[in-house]
Amino acid sequence: MSDKFTVEIISPDQTISKQETNEVIIPSFEGQMGILNDHIPLITFLRPGIITIKAEGEKKYYVEEGTVEFSSNNLLILTSTARDLANLDKSKINELLQEAEVNLKTQSTDKERYIASYKLETLKEISQ
Amino acid sequence: MPSLDDLKKRIKSVKSTQKITKAMKMVAAAKLRKAQESAEKGRPYSQKMQNIILNLTKSINDPQNAPKLLVGTGEDKKYLCVVLTADRGLCGGFNSNICKLAKTNFKKILSEGKELNIITVGSKGHDQIKREYGKYVIKKFSFKDKKNIIFNDADEVGKEIISLFNQDKFDKCIIFYNNFKNVITQIPQAQQIIPAETKNLEEGNDQNFSYEFEPEEDEILEDLLPKNISTQVFKALLENAASEQGSRMTAMDNATRNAGDLVDKLTIDYNRSRQASITKELIEIISGAESL
Repeated sequence: MSDKFTVEIISPDQTISKQETNEVIIPSFEGQMGILNDHIPLITFLRPGIITIKAEGEKKYYVEEGTVEFSSNNLLILTSTARDLANLDKSKINELLQEAEVNLKTQSTDKERYIASYKLETLKEISQ
Repeated sequence: MPSLDDLKKRIKSVKSTQKITKAMKMVAAAKLRKAQESAEKGRPYSQKMQNIILNLTKSINDPQNAPKLLVGTGEDKKYLCVVLTADRGLCGGFNSNICKLAKTNFKKILSEGKELNIITVGSKGHDQIKREYGKYVIKKFSFKDKKNIIFNDADEVGKEIISLFNQDKFDKCIIFYNNFKNVITQIPQAQQIIPAETKNLEEGNDQNFSYEFEPEEDEILEDLLPKNISTQVFKALLENAASEQGSRMTAMDNATRNAGDLVDKLTIDYNRSRQASITKELIEIISGAESL
């Protein structure tokens, strides 16, 4: 039996990626989550972080939010913010970083602060 | 019988109209390609989103405690209709078709003695609907100055819908838009978005997943349902944009052809009356010469 499954990243205006993969790591709301073939059906949502798709090579996408569904060996990631890390340039990251810093201070609820802090952390990680 | 000068003027004016319609057709054709592309690209997202919601609906064991956005308020008294139209005219039956469908529904809702509220998106639809149903319109949106539709616009509409729902202003929400099938065919559609339509649920697709939720199911639904509303509105907007351009293109193509026919007809009339006047002059000269 093959140990591969399909992963699709779809944003409202286009299909960003669709490929076969061995393993995907997603920044789920409650922590990093690795998904392998034959995972049980799952629905979860994302916090800001990096999606890693492991196939021949590794592909990384930066996301801010999204919904994930896994069923019958099909991983579906619906997000409006996915960006391919390879195409993300320095100045854009810095711009987002500054935005995130300002954002963190203005959030009022715990949940918003939680999301904002992860966003900041991820962006810092990328920019290094 | 119009004089030669009059005919000449008319031919000129029809020709310049033809130029305009031709140009509009070209513009619509160029825009159509882009709009069609984004409509087709946007379809998977909304479909998959809808699928997740449907699967979730199936796995709900306790409808009493399920979120109201998903299963409805359990009542059927107040309706919110969202009519999505274009901001520009001159696109054939595009706006009228949506309004016609919407009005038939309004009539039905009112005749059943139910409460009706209307939100219009796009100024053309607003103009058509306010004539008869002006007092029911509670809010109007217009994205006239936007060149492309972005998700945030749809989100704005979606948030408004949800906030009205939370204020208990309606039990059911229906959106009206044109579904883009191909360049010549656009089908006006009414889609119920609150409570989520479960029509496709019965047909096939018997897989019943018991999902693992992380975090809790309620929390996910709370996040997902509002997003789904906006997504459905967004899809409707994209379909609409493509339909509008397609409809305008066909309409303008027809107009150009009609103008061409008219020019031909007028030219024949013009030539005929020119020939008639020449013949008349000749007869006058000849008969004048004979009488001498």
